[in-house]
Amino acid sequence: MKTFKLGGVHPPENKLSAEAVIETLPIPEQVVVPVGQHLGAPATPVVKRGDEVKVGQLIAKSSGFISANIHSPVSGKVFKIDNVYDASGFRRPSIIINVEGDEWLETINRSDDIDADIKLNSKEITDKLNEMGIVGLGGATFPSFVKLMVPEGKKVDYLIINGVECEPYLTSDHRLMMEKGEEMLIGTTILMKGLNTNKAMIGIENNKPDAIEHLKKLATKYKGISIHPLKVKYPQGGEKQLIKALTGREVPSGKLPLEVGCVVNNVGTAYAVYEAVQKNKPLFERVVTVTGKSVIQPSNFLVRVGTPIKSLIEAAQGLPDNTGKIISGGPMMGKAVLNTDIPVVKGTSGILLMADGDAKRGEVNTCIRCGKCVEACPMGLEPFLLSKSSKLAKFDVVEKELVMDCIECGSCSFTCPSNIPLLDYIRLGKNKVGQIIRNRNQK
Amino acid sequence: MNEVLIYAVGSLGAIGVVAAIILYFVAQKFKVYEDPRIDEVEEALPSANCGGCGYAGCRAFAEGLVKAGAMEGFNCPVGGADVMQEVAGILGLVAEAAEPQIAVIRCNGSLANSPKKVEYDGISTCASAHVLYAGDGGCSYGCLGLADCVASCDFDAIHMNPETGLPVVDVNCVACGACVEACPRDIIELRNVGKKERRIFVSCVNEEKGAPAKKNCTVACIGCAKCFNVCAFDAIEMKNNRAYIDYEKCKLCRKCVDVCPTDAIHEINFPVRKLIVKEEKEKAAKVASAAKTTETVSAKTSAAEKKDKVNKTEES
Amino acid sequence: MSLLSISASPHVHGDNSVKKIMWGVVIAMVPAMLVSIYYFGLDAVRVTLIAVAASIFFEWFFQKYLIKGADTYMDGSAVITGVLLAFNVPSNLPWWIIVIGALVAIGIGKMSFGGLGKNVFNPALVGRVFLLISFPVQMTSWPKISPITNGIADAITGPTPLGIVKEGLDAGLTVDQVMAQVPSFMQQFIGGIGGSLGEVSALALLLGGFCLLRRKIITWEIPLSILLTVVIFSGIFWLIDPTHYVNPLFHLLTGGMMLGAIFMATDMVSSPMSRNGQLVYGVGIGLLTVTIRTWGAYPEGMSFAILLMNSVTPLLNKAFKPKRFGRK
Repeated sequence: MKTFKLGGVHPPENKLSAEAVIETLPIPEQVVVPVGQHLGAPATPVVKRGDEVKVGQLIAKSSGFISANIHSPVSGKVFKIDNVYDASGFRRPSIIINVEGDEWLETINRSDDIDADIKLNSKEITDKLNEMGIVGLGGATFPSFVKLMVPEGKKVDYLIINGVECEPYLTSDHRLMMEKGEEMLIGTTILMKGLNTNKAMIGIENNKPDAIEHLKKLATKYKGISIHPLKVKYPQGGEKQLIKALTGREVPSGKLPLEVGCVVNNVGTAYAVYEAVQKNKPLFERVVTVTGKSVIQPSNFLVRVGTPIKSLIEAAQGLPDNTGKIISGGPMMGKAVLNTDIPVVKGTSGILLMADGDAKRGEVNTCIRCGKCVEACPMGLEPFLLSKSSKLAKFDVVEKELVMDCIECGSCSFTCPSNIPLLDYIRLGKNKVGQIIRNRNQK
Repeated sequence: MNEVLIYAVGSLGAIGVVAAIILYFVAQKFKVYEDPRIDEVEEALPSANCGGCGYAGCRAFAEGLVKAGAMEGFNCPVGGADVMQEVAGILGLVAEAAEPQIAVIRCNGSLANSPKKVEYDGISTCASAHVLYAGDGGCSYGCLGLADCVASCDFDAIHMNPETGLPVVDVNCVACGACVEACPRDIIELRNVGKKERRIFVSCVNEEKGAPAKKNCTVACIGCAKCFNVCAFDAIEMKNNRAYIDYEKCKLCRKCVDVCPTDAIHEINFPVRKLIVKEEKEKAAKVASAAKTTETVSAKTSAAEKKDKVNKTEES
Repeated sequence: MSLLSISASPHVHGDNSVKKIMWGVVIAMVPAMLVSIYYFGLDAVRVTLIAVAASIFFEWFFQKYLIKGADTYMDGSAVITGVLLAFNVPSNLPWWIIVIGALVAIGIGKMSFGGLGKNVFNPALVGRVFLLISFPVQMTSWPKISPITNGIADAITGPTPLGIVKEGLDAGLTVDQVMAQVPSFMQQFIGGIGGSLGEVSALALLLGGFCLLRRKIITWEIPLSILLTVVIFSGIFWLIDPTHYVNPLFHLLTGGMMLGAIFMATDMVSSPMSRNGQLVYGVGIGLLTVTIRTWGAYPEGMSFAILLMNSVTPLLNKAFKPKRFGRK
């Protein structure tokens, strides 16, 4: 079975909600829609206080090349446009909408019928994704239309659809493949058309045999799409690792996957692409996993963007008393959040609750130079050296030892027997070196 | 036996002579001329190598200074006026009088004023916490309390106060600026030490509007501009919802301290105010407000009145 | 509800820990320990206990009074040092020499560098080499092998196979003449050759080695590269002139070869980090060992070889970087 070669770890999978069918969460009374929920420049609001909006109506316009449109996830009245706390406690401009009813734009086709007939051409597909505010739903929230704009002279050999979901706990992609497989495959076909390629590979880790089987059955109908089971290994969902696992090609350091003729999209994105192109539906809702060992009912919810995460937690039978940490995303790369008032955004793949005992980091011992971090690093770096050098502020060493190649997957910290927070220090060094490089380039 | 000794001594001696000759010629060939005054200047400097002057160390400072041949732009904050005088003497120049400075912590978000809402469990450096989240108390401008400034100080002049969770600068401070560099939130500023070491400054760098700022911290600057209005010397600047007092212009009148509704403006090293004085002031305030019908002429009196009004609203 | 905690990712940690690794090594040493008890009887138990107790004591003492660091005496690393030291000395060594060995191993070999993780050399080997140089007579008078089933070990001492061969070859005998005096290869493999506690059975050591590999405490690079290098390097000379150079198998099975390759050279702290570095390190140890054994003054060269390669580990770490992703 295929997998990537270098490094990797195997954290306990804990896919507690793998069997939980996607439920639609009721619409909350008020939604908070941040205007910067994608990679790149924040969108510019085009509504003002008191405006009536419908579901799917454009409320903030893409500003700049790398940016994305934002559409209203609900119908109602714009309450205000103000700074609201994000997951990290920084206040970011957001559009707050008071919900009234659930009135959708007429242009959106709300029927569940599967429509496999792709009418748009490549250029139109790209424009459609741009218009509908589609961004990568795997976590990086990179605007999808940009990926379709292949520069001249470059050719895409493979479209790779990422169904790996290597993060422990998370199951939103898994459920989507099970329940919306057909739509996802049509979405893949649309992306293939957009990229002018006739080959697509869907990589799925072997711990989801039901999804592999299901999609293999469906994929026979779609030309050029092949399903590839992968050996379970973290961080296989990383773009570079997935390309390596599926094609054996190695994306050169500092370059995009396009360099080796690949474009990677998440299964969630493929589904969103289907909805955007075939149903004219902008991206304003997504599947979010609510999970954790202490959660009474681990679930997968279809949620409107802007819904506070506390309504999701309530729907999963409430916040356990012993909660010590709330994470947006998975346990390896997710972000610890400050409270439950923060809204779901396009990039929220899951809400993970950790009980008190699990939440705290363990006692740190001295480095015994066992080299396990070196072995675990999927980028072939030496985490012990990077971490030590950044701690000692030797940023020239940090740069020379290729810190900018670090994908921050956390395998080093995970595997360290001395419990040293290697990635914390490496990230520090990476920030600093990034700054140094930017300053140098400006000169 | 003797022969062996002679051979040994002889051969070693010969090797020594040859090596000495080679060394001599190499030393001649690679000799670099250096201005002897650089050594002299370096000798006069405090050898702290702190970088407070903007140079990599005392040697680099000395080289730069001798090369420039002028005192403008050169100041050793550690040595202060005395050392600069001496250095100027060596170079036959005249030292400019630089106002002595000290590091000032512009945050009062102590554990009591800005209670913890979350517990940070990462590595103990501000630089890391700063990119990760807003802060334990919720203020994304305030002190993170992880002591990067303490670690950066070469002079043992800054310490954490465990009760408040904030750093405190003591008399050892030489204003080298290392902590200013180290603080990821730009909380620390070098300010003039001031007459009799008296200083007035806004102890907050938060740029939020009043309500959210106050929610996170009871002593936040809420950008109300009362101090700005009361200042008769144009020393206060309002920018991004916060006040900044220019230490060059401030005349230490303390009016702004009185009007600040959140006690965000601090006065340092002033004598304790007598209660009687305060009472008198209050009386005066009442009189002033009673006689409000009279037209105010000068900006100065209008400012004073504003202040009184604030006092009154605060009391009620 | 207590306050939520905030930290950077990752938010989970694997089940690796220093304790687990260290005690894993101790467990892997059990087979060899049992074999030595079988052959040397209570003396083996005595030597091991003294060495372990002394190592733990010195670890505790230095941490508490000199380094003033955390309590590390029960993290298992001192136990490993103690057992390895015991494995490297004859079973009839007086107790005070063992204690001196432990003092040097822990005090100079480890604590003078700052404790666990900071030492340049394998502490047990530092202790062993110190003893070998300071007490050459006691350290090289090995009691004759006598399985516990034959009653109490007798007081007769005899040289190890390596010693016999070294003396024989130095005296001008041919390999065949010398080899007649040493136990057969099979005996060397299973056990029953004279020597230090841990050297008697290659089989038991290999068993421990597999245990370490399985639990991913060591990687195959170091042991395999050492053993292969020894076989190839000594094999070349053996093929050229079998009357003056011994069979590579003999090198492989005697003395501290297995013990060194599996337990001593693989010490995490003093061996290189990257796989390429580990290969070079292993080759270096193999070459040095055979060189010292064949042309040196000592019959056994494993300890010296490992210590020498320990000293270049930092350089190997610098010179041999792991394969980087996406770079040539």
